[in-house]
Amino acid sequence: MEFLYYPGCTLKNKAKDLDLYARKSAEALGVTLTEVPEWQCCGGVYPLGRDEIATKLSSVRTLMAARDAGCDLVTVCAACHNVVKQINHDMACDEYVRTRVNNYLAPDVPYDGSVNVLHLLEVLRDRVGFDAIREKVVSPLTGRKLGAYYGCLLLRPSSVLAFDDPENPTVIEDLLKALGAEPVYYAERNECCGGYAGIADPEVPEKRAAAVLSNAKARGAEALVTACPLCYYNLKKHAAGTGVGVVYFTELLAGALGVK
Amino acid sequence: MQRIGVFVCWCGSNIAGTVDVKKVAQTLGREPGVVFSADYQYMCSQSGQDLIKDSIKQYKLTGAVICSCSPRMHENTFRKAAAAAGLNPYMVEIANIREQVSWIHKDMAAGTEKAIILGRAAIAKVHLNAPLIAGESPVTKRALVIGGGIAGIQTALDIADAGFPVDIVEKSPTIGGKMAQLDKTFPTLDCAACILTPKMVEAAQHENVRILAYSEVAEVKGFVGNFTVKIRRKARYVKEDVCTGCGLCTEKCPQKKAPDEFNLGLSNRRAIYIPFAQAVPKVATIDPDYCMMLKTGKCGVCSKVCGVKAIDYTQKDEFIEENYGAIVAATGFEPIGLDKFDEFAYSLSPDVVTSLEYERLMNAAGPTGGTLLRPSDLKHPHTIVFVQCVGSRCDEKSEKGVPYCSKVCCMYTAKHAMLTREKYPDTEVYVFYIDVRTPGKNFDEFYRRAVEQYDVHYIKGMVGKVVPENGKLKVQASDLLENRQLHIDADMVVLAAAIEPDKSARPLATMLTASMDTNDFFTEAHPKLRPVESPTAGVFLAGMCQGPKDIPETVSQASACAAKVIGLLNKDRLVGNPCVAHSDELMCNGCSQCANVCPYGAITYADKEFRMPDRTTAVRRVAQVNPAVCQGCGACTVTCPSGAMDLFGFSNNQIMAEVDAICK
Amino acid sequence: MEQQNMREEILFTANADPKKCMKCGKCSGACPNYDKMEYHPHQFVSMVQEGNVEPLLESESLYLCLTCMVCVERCPRNVQPARFIEAVRLAKIRQQGENRLKPQDVPELIDEDTPQQLLVSAFRKYTK
Repeated sequence: MEFLYYPGCTLKNKAKDLDLYARKSAEALGVTLTEVPEWQCCGGVYPLGRDEIATKLSSVRTLMAARDAGCDLVTVCAACHNVVKQINHDMACDEYVRTRVNNYLAPDVPYDGSVNVLHLLEVLRDRVGFDAIREKVVSPLTGRKLGAYYGCLLLRPSSVLAFDDPENPTVIEDLLKALGAEPVYYAERNECCGGYAGIADPEVPEKRAAAVLSNAKARGAEALVTACPLCYYNLKKHAAGTGVGVVYFTELLAGALGVK
Repeated sequence: MQRIGVFVCWCGSNIAGTVDVKKVAQTLGREPGVVFSADYQYMCSQSGQDLIKDSIKQYKLTGAVICSCSPRMHENTFRKAAAAAGLNPYMVEIANIREQVSWIHKDMAAGTEKAIILGRAAIAKVHLNAPLIAGESPVTKRALVIGGGIAGIQTALDIADAGFPVDIVEKSPTIGGKMAQLDKTFPTLDCAACILTPKMVEAAQHENVRILAYSEVAEVKGFVGNFTVKIRRKARYVKEDVCTGCGLCTEKCPQKKAPDEFNLGLSNRRAIYIPFAQAVPKVATIDPDYCMMLKTGKCGVCSKVCGVKAIDYTQKDEFIEENYGAIVAATGFEPIGLDKFDEFAYSLSPDVVTSLEYERLMNAAGPTGGTLLRPSDLKHPHTIVFVQCVGSRCDEKSEKGVPYCSKVCCMYTAKHAMLTREKYPDTEVYVFYIDVRTPGKNFDEFYRRAVEQYDVHYIKGMVGKVVPENGKLKVQASDLLENRQLHIDADMVVLAAAIEPDKSARPLATMLTASMDTNDFFTEAHPKLRPVESPTAGVFLAGMCQGPKDIPETVSQASACAAKVIGLLNKDRLVGNPCVAHSDELMCNGCSQCANVCPYGAITYADKEFRMPDRTTAVRRVAQVNPAVCQGCGACTVTCPSGAMDLFGFSNNQIMAEVDAICK
Repeated sequence: MEQQNMREEILFTANADPKKCMKCGKCSGACPNYDKMEYHPHQFVSMVQEGNVEPLLESESLYLCLTCMVCVERCPRNVQPARFIEAVRLAKIRQQGENRLKPQDVPELIDEDTPQQLLVSAFRKYTK
């Protein structure tokens, strides 16, 4: 199973664990991740305005690299996934965007959104399979009560991301079950952590993180499992004193597979 | 050569305002074969019809062209007038110069020209018309009602009272439908069971009503007046005619973990059960998914305790076949599933319930014996939030909800709010609404009472998120009038789930060849003027299967539907439509394409002997149309690759002549 | 720019139809940052539709939308309120001198764990 892998800027810096354990777990599961050569930053948030063209170019370059390699493109960072997947959708479905982007980049073969963009969680669920993962677990997370934290970027807008049920997602919970842990279902798991607005007003992530942490804790979670470096940062920053930990899903996976 | 009369109607100013009717009459009067031409203010009036009749006699007309409104409106009127004057009614053609000309054009010159062209086309067709005689078929004087809710029960009772036998086919073990699950009914607050059960009993005891509960329609053949229906009688594993309904088996059965569907899974029942105390027929049914005897062969307690030996573990589904003259669809509704609306935490907390579940929680025969207790800990809720329009009024492309208003939710939510405040004055009740829609007799007054007398907090806004935490439901919602976001710690949240047609309706519609809209509601023959008939002759509609409606409307529609059925069953013979398909057997090559496209199953095949050259004979398979079943839709005529299929009254030649006249 | 032209520009950038709104308020019921905002998701939809965009352009609310898309996800009518907020924000920050975030301010706003993602996102959202 071979994929082109787009790590993005944060996974090369502040979220090195997210990247490192993704690679190690993939290897242990027989999944080959080849890094996109000379990749560029996706920009962190999807440029929602239709007439935003320049801000969509870097993702299209990544997508074209995958097309040329004849591979599905795999992401791990929730933000990169959201941005690249939505821009891919624009290239497939929005004539206005597609024309302007192709005019600007002038590639030999115009890009039309043909690449399949997958998050690593989707690869684990749909390609590897949770049963196969369960078989490879060497140190199961038995007895650990863990709450999945999806945030917004993996799920919304569901009409484009088609990742999971946006109001009742289960992919991380199902992964946790495969690793031997007991997933904790709580309603705040698909609500925003406050995102980038901490720059404008630090109270926003503080309030949001508190709501998420208190809900998860009340339902019995010892730690929250995420795929997003910004969620990780916002939650971790405000988790002090709650007793609730925050961990990347790749780190848990690598631990359970014995490759950490 | 035909002798044709042309009659141009003004329709007051409806046509004459945009079409020069005099010029149309004069121009068409010069067409070949036209021996009389006139215009008149209202051709459909008595004097207008007299003009037609007199002209037919005076000018010895063999055909007539009426330039007027749509044939849907008055074709029948003019055909009857022609018949009264001795002209075969199928020698009358309508040129629609109202809906197709005057109502859609502004320019008089262009309108007049188009009216003349349409008139010419009709004249060209009349030249090729031949008199047609409609056939007749007998009527089976028995009706089938599919669905045993209040719609089906009322329809059946009214038909039965008129003296015709009726069968009710109900898929669950008892009749009663959704109304049996309701607590009180708006706007008078009488108890649903108190007004429904007498009707259920009446149906059971009526000499003309036969109840086929725990049964489903498996196959429908035939046509109006002459349907043959195969009905699957599902195995109850209990002999219906022997069981006395004593209920001993339902007390002794050791399997106590089967979800009770009558209480919507809020409580459990035994594997052998009677759905509720007033069930009709009051006989036990074994649930094969939970019965240990049926699953493992070990148990047999019910059989041991049954004093009348009614239990039969070897029972199998049986099929019966019956003939009917009319069929009524009364298949009802279901609330939509809420699995796609988990922002309300329906799957996360048992204290988030649907409105129908709330009915059971309020009901004396419900899982809590009529005391309002929240499911998670059986404590009294002190703050209850009602959310309206959950899944109703969604975008047409929505994959979660439905695009229509479910119509009953505003009123039942007002009822729930009011009853809750009446019984538990210490409970705070909030209702989040988009619009409060209460048209209906005494309906708005009812809702105002909830606000003014019962102090229910009606808030214009929507709940955006429900978070179960520490025994509370943290409700986050908008309050649009105060331009604020509300945060309410509630004990229960009640969701007014949109309603949708019962899932059994779609396959039934296919069997009945009855049409449905995109939401799977049955389509009526005319939305205003024929609201209880389906476009398929002999198939009638009652209740929610036709569209959202409350109990008073359902009962009215059921009685209206019964009146239509009685009108049909009263006839000894039915006059058919002579404009049916027929095949030219010499041209037919037996390919079956016509039978494949026929929506009515009117085409069969027969092996026929044909004379061949040199006095030989050959047997060929050829299509034959049953004229009593054919509805004249013409699908076969355009499908037939060899041109063997043609339609009386709309032959290929006639249509080509019209096209030629238009293009001339 | 005149209000009418501004409205048209915003509608083009938003690529969504405010007339689909049935004014249920679910967007604002779902919004996780409602209390911080002066104008709320449903008001953006309504005010853009009515051409009343001047107050929106001057409001801090533009920079407090988290673009979490919950209003888009839960809207029963597929109105996509976040697209209107984004379009108004773009209409504002594309104007000269309207950058909300300057590189020299960054050191004060971050700590040693701040992920790159936060900074690139913030620059995308607050500057042109």
